[in-house]
Amino acid sequence: MKLPSKLAKWLIALGLLHGAVICAGFFTPYDPGEQDRENTYQPPTHIHLVDSQGHFHIRPFFYRYLNREDFSEPPQEDTTKIIPLRFFAKGARYHLMGFIPLSLHLFCSDPGSGRIYLLGTDAYGRDQFSRILFGGQISLLTGLLGAFVTLLLGASIGTTAGYYGGWRDGLLMRLAELFVALPWLYLLFALRAFLPLAVSPLEAFLLVVVVVGTVGWARPARLIRGIVLSAKERDFVRAARGFGASNTYLLRRHILPETAGVLLTQAAILIPQFVLAEMTLSFLGLGVPEPLASWGNLLANLQQYSVLVSYWWMYLPALAIVPFFVGYLGLASALQEHANPHKIEVGVTGDTV
Amino acid sequence: MRYFLRRTIQAVLLLFGVSVLTFLFSALAPGNYFDEMRLNPQISSETLASLRAQYQLDRPLPIRYAYWVSSVLRGELGFSFAYNTPVGPLLWVRARNTLLLTLTATLLAWALALPVGIWSAASLGRWPDRALSGATATFLIVPELVLALGLLIFAVRTNWFPTGGFVSTGFETLSPANKLRDIVLHMALPVAALALSSLPILLRHVRAAMAEVLGAPFLRAAEGHGIPRQTLLFKYALRAAANPLISLFGFSLGALLSGSLIVEVVMSWPGLGPLLLEAILARDVYVVIGGVLLSTIFLVGGNFVADMLLYRADPRIRTESAAK
Repeated sequence: MKLPSKLAKWLIALGLLHGAVICAGFFTPYDPGEQDRENTYQPPTHIHLVDSQGHFHIRPFFYRYLNREDFSEPPQEDTTKIIPLRFFAKGARYHLMGFIPLSLHLFCSDPGSGRIYLLGTDAYGRDQFSRILFGGQISLLTGLLGAFVTLLLGASIGTTAGYYGGWRDGLLMRLAELFVALPWLYLLFALRAFLPLAVSPLEAFLLVVVVVGTVGWARPARLIRGIVLSAKERDFVRAARGFGASNTYLLRRHILPETAGVLLTQAAILIPQFVLAEMTLSFLGLGVPEPLASWGNLLANLQQYSVLVSYWWMYLPALAIVPFFVGYLGLASALQEHANPHKIEVGVTGDTV
Repeated sequence: MRYFLRRTIQAVLLLFGVSVLTFLFSALAPGNYFDEMRLNPQISSETLASLRAQYQLDRPLPIRYAYWVSSVLRGELGFSFAYNTPVGPLLWVRARNTLLLTLTATLLAWALALPVGIWSAASLGRWPDRALSGATATFLIVPELVLALGLLIFAVRTNWFPTGGFVSTGFETLSPANKLRDIVLHMALPVAALALSSLPILLRHVRAAMAEVLGAPFLRAAEGHGIPRQTLLFKYALRAAANPLISLFGFSLGALLSGSLIVEVVMSWPGLGPLLLEAILARDVYVVIGGVLLSTIFLVGGNFVADMLLYRADPRIRTESAAK
């Protein structure tokens, strides 16, 4: 089956974005945990082609920032020493996708000559650019796994309710009404409130996935139930049942395939929402803890007033989610358009508020 | 009247369900407020046991629930261990601040969304509509957290708005007019963040609902009769498109409640958000349960108002429920 061009366009864009995050080790110059205590809260490094004497250089270069005594003054570059950028150079060792050991980086500077901080550094002198890309791995993985858990729950509950009907339907749908009735962030908070607080980073990550994943099952469950309800009365399903097909066969062969479209659209809507949920939890200190980087806990620095006032580049992690939002929302509306082309588009987040 | 009775019973059942659900969650929770105390050598285990007995924590779950329900009926909503007071009074003040924020933001967002959405639908496909659709698409992708932090940085750098809090220090000494001005200035940023984050969704719905109605034959007929365009749009078309929008109004309140949780923490607005966060970190279970319950009450209340409006606006619902 050939993909419609609009769908393909969004899929490619999302693929590129995710590729950059998955291969974070290659695209970033440093290890996300590496500290440079001499250069805390460095503003973003400027990349130059023309030096202070007006000479043009083919190879892009940058200057170090002079250490400031008074942080209210604008930072000064040390223009006496030109530090050239090296492309495809060897640097810090890392594991590509977690298992391929490599030390090749897209760009970095010669060791010992000064470090490049594209998006500035944080309180420990860690490179924000590296932390944002590596943090994306955690945040996006939470979104993907959370959406997977939610859809698995939603699909099984919705199918049970729709296919078997009776008291199961009544009970499950009342429960779904409860979950839909609660404002989702309050629900997220309540769930998180009753789970352990002091846990290891990995446990915290899994906890966030579980919490985020259990919050949103009700809406997909209701959608799936509707589809299953109408699908099980279709003529070809009745015919198959008449030939003696078992429940599992009917569900697997005829009914569940009908739900694929809705599941895909829901996934495209839920993933960015869940990434945002991770950001919110971690921002509030209830999610993935330091020293791991995630988009949420990178932003947590902004809760200090001094950071907010003086170091605007600490806000940049907030913007990382925006291109992913564009991609997923575009994908969701392309999927919806694909499913029913004549409806006036309302906006895909509209039905999830 | 039957219609309202049914709605009220549904709402009460819903609240009952939510309270049981949160209570069950809280019972499954590992650890409680007194675990911290147990580590303190100055507090003997007898004191702890008597404290636990005082708050009924040593009883089985159904009895604890019954005890809690009776305190809800007294308006206490359980006991806050961290603040050492009943939860009720603690929550009312915070809830008032949260409501002030969300209601203002809801009204502002709708006051903007209606005329702009109608304008957009009236010029469907031409440049005002395209420009507006582009703008809404842009705002749709900026989440509350990002928006609120961005506004905060803007405020800090320009110094145009106070950052954080409900009132300035020395509020008591101000004249009434200045008091009002102070509160409005403090509200400006959080309300802007909330209204801006819900505006694009509302706009899209208004546009879609109006666009659907504007193609209807009765409106073309009315236009043919020479009824002025303004009257046509705001009196005839809006009424016909009102139904889905009124339902959305109830939902938008819920979305804003969630949104205000984040915005309040970011802008340190003394609403339910910061209180709830504190309570989670301190394992103050009854405050968490109370907060969740209160938010559900707001949401149910919002939907109730929407239902009443719907009942007034749509004669079909009235006849339908009368026929039953």
